[in-house]
Amino acid sequence: MPAHTLPQWFTDRQATAKERYENLPMPTRRDESWRFGNLKQLDFSGFQVADPVDADALIARSEGLESTAAKFVFVNDALVSSESNLPDGVICLPLAEALESHSDLVEAHFMKQESRLGSAKHAAWHEASVTNGLFVHVPKNVEVDGTIEVHHWIAGANALCFPHTLVITGESAKVRVVDIFRSADEVSPGLAVAYNDLFAGQNSKLDYIALQALNEVTRMVQVNDTSIRRDARAKAFVLNTGASWARNESLSRLEGSGAHSDMLSVSIPAREQEYDQRTFQHHVSEGAYSDLLYKNTLYDDSKTVFSGLIYVDEGAHQTDAYQTCRNLLMSDRAEAHSMPGLEINADQVKCSHGSTSAQIADEEIFYLCARGIDPARARQLIARGFSVEVVERLEDEGVEALVLSFVDAKFACITNGGA
Amino acid sequence: MSLSIQDLKASLEDGTEILKGVSLDIPKGEVHAIMGPNGSGKSTLSKVIAGHESYEVTGGNVTLDGEDILDMGIDERSRAGIFLAFQYPAEVPGVSNANFIRAALQARLAEGEEIDAVAYYKDLYDKMDLLEMDRKFTARAVNEGFSGGEKKRNEILQMLMLEPKYCIMDETDSGLDIDALKVVAKGVNAMRSPDRGFLLITHYQRLLDYIKPDHVHVMADGKIVKSGGPELALELEEKGYDFLKELVPA
Repeated sequence: MPAHTLPQWFTDRQATAKERYENLPMPTRRDESWRFGNLKQLDFSGFQVADPVDADALIARSEGLESTAAKFVFVNDALVSSESNLPDGVICLPLAEALESHSDLVEAHFMKQESRLGSAKHAAWHEASVTNGLFVHVPKNVEVDGTIEVHHWIAGANALCFPHTLVITGESAKVRVVDIFRSADEVSPGLAVAYNDLFAGQNSKLDYIALQALNEVTRMVQVNDTSIRRDARAKAFVLNTGASWARNESLSRLEGSGAHSDMLSVSIPAREQEYDQRTFQHHVSEGAYSDLLYKNTLYDDSKTVFSGLIYVDEGAHQTDAYQTCRNLLMSDRAEAHSMPGLEINADQVKCSHGSTSAQIADEEIFYLCARGIDPARARQLIARGFSVEVVERLEDEGVEALVLSFVDAKFACITNGGA
Repeated sequence: MSLSIQDLKASLEDGTEILKGVSLDIPKGEVHAIMGPNGSGKSTLSKVIAGHESYEVTGGNVTLDGEDILDMGIDERSRAGIFLAFQYPAEVPGVSNANFIRAALQARLAEGEEIDAVAYYKDLYDKMDLLEMDRKFTARAVNEGFSGGEKKRNEILQMLMLEPKYCIMDETDSGLDIDALKVVAKGVNAMRSPDRGFLLITHYQRLLDYIKPDHVHVMADGKIVKSGGPELALELEEKGYDFLKELVPA
């Protein structure tokens, strides 16, 4: 993006962020937010921002939902295709364009929160380097039927990109956005440092779904920040099937009574894939509800880390907050670490947190096999069912089918049945 | 043509012998009932025939229409024509009943063959109607949150759909009220045919009022200790299982 088109506030922010990025230390083993994390994965040398390549072929491969409200295709952060059939008043633009045309609106929402789950340095890197992404603003009382679908491709060897998604819903508005992250081929290493800002205005509905199916020599850091106002309902879902290593940090801030947050995730690592997830349910206001369900199905020598905190501020009475992480171990060698946490500074609060790790029960396998289903297929059906329970919480048939198509693609490439 | 069990012996992993030489021949077209007190080994017999891995077969054999099934995997036995209706069916979260039964049918097809979805659902709905099952059970996860009676009906539904050669029903009547029992019996009676054999395992004579057996066997301490016609069930009912003590050497 040529520098002269950018508003001053943005270039200032990028300059400050660059400084911050350079000054912030790398995470170390002593950082609680990197406990059980693999710091070796943070050596990002050798990656560089790249021009888009093979755009036409990638546009052709950008299949997703049967029908969409809008569809955008980015290759290495450059917009290569867009189509839109959105209601009047909805602003849905590449971030680069929105910075020019709706500078104030972007400024009011762009990366307003401090990153607190361990990736402050990478968030600063993102802020200093971001060139594009998607900006969505749905004004008061406007409901977008259908889904805005965004494809992010990483193409070429050692390509580095900084995908950004900023979604704002006005009062009583409604929108759903799906981000799909993929690699152009299976052999080129890549790196994505992504950030998404979600603002659910009063009484609005905002669903955000991130599908990460990058190739297995690519790494990804994704930071999600969700703010939910009074009576609003936000869902943030992330699927991990790809990448060699992915770190997700997801923060949900409940800023008004009746605010409702669903934080959902399905991860299916195999071989030596590692997923590292950190979450924060921040109850700022009284009378709000948050419910987190993260499920991991681990094959082979894979590894997951889940660390979640429910934090109830002083005065945030009548909070309802739940947090569950469940691990299904499909291999004796897989490793799942769960660190659920609670900090409550208010009264009359209903909170629970828990994590479980288990293998498929023999009786379940016996039952399926006793119906003629072979053991490998039986294990796969059960594992799929384990993920389906989360996917069903998306409550949209089309999007559920899309997510499950990625889940099924992953199971199809796990050929050994995980035994 | 029969399901033939000859001198079958089986033990738990710790070596405890549960089946101590069971012999039984179930020809196609016949309904056999096994009755016996708790701990007599009758549920174990059904699990061993189905291939449950907690038991080690230490002697004897089981053949299905002449074919040895003890070397087959659990799934192979099912595809060969054995059906076990479970006393305690497992719950399978996230797998819908319709998809589960479909996967079981699909497993019986040759590579590359696909089930005709329209015909499948018609068949499924017809059989659910017979069992007075609400359509919502197609979309619900297998057995999850089902009542005891719903689980048993679901077992019979699977049996109707898979059309096995031999049906082994492990205490299907336990925990059922009389209305549910009648529905289950209706499903079983609808399946009676000259091409199909049944083994009903039960603790209670009541089931046999609704599904009339051709033969009744009494099992105690890992063996069949008495066989007879339907009147044997009534005798047992009248005298109670205590009368078995006379039959089993101390």
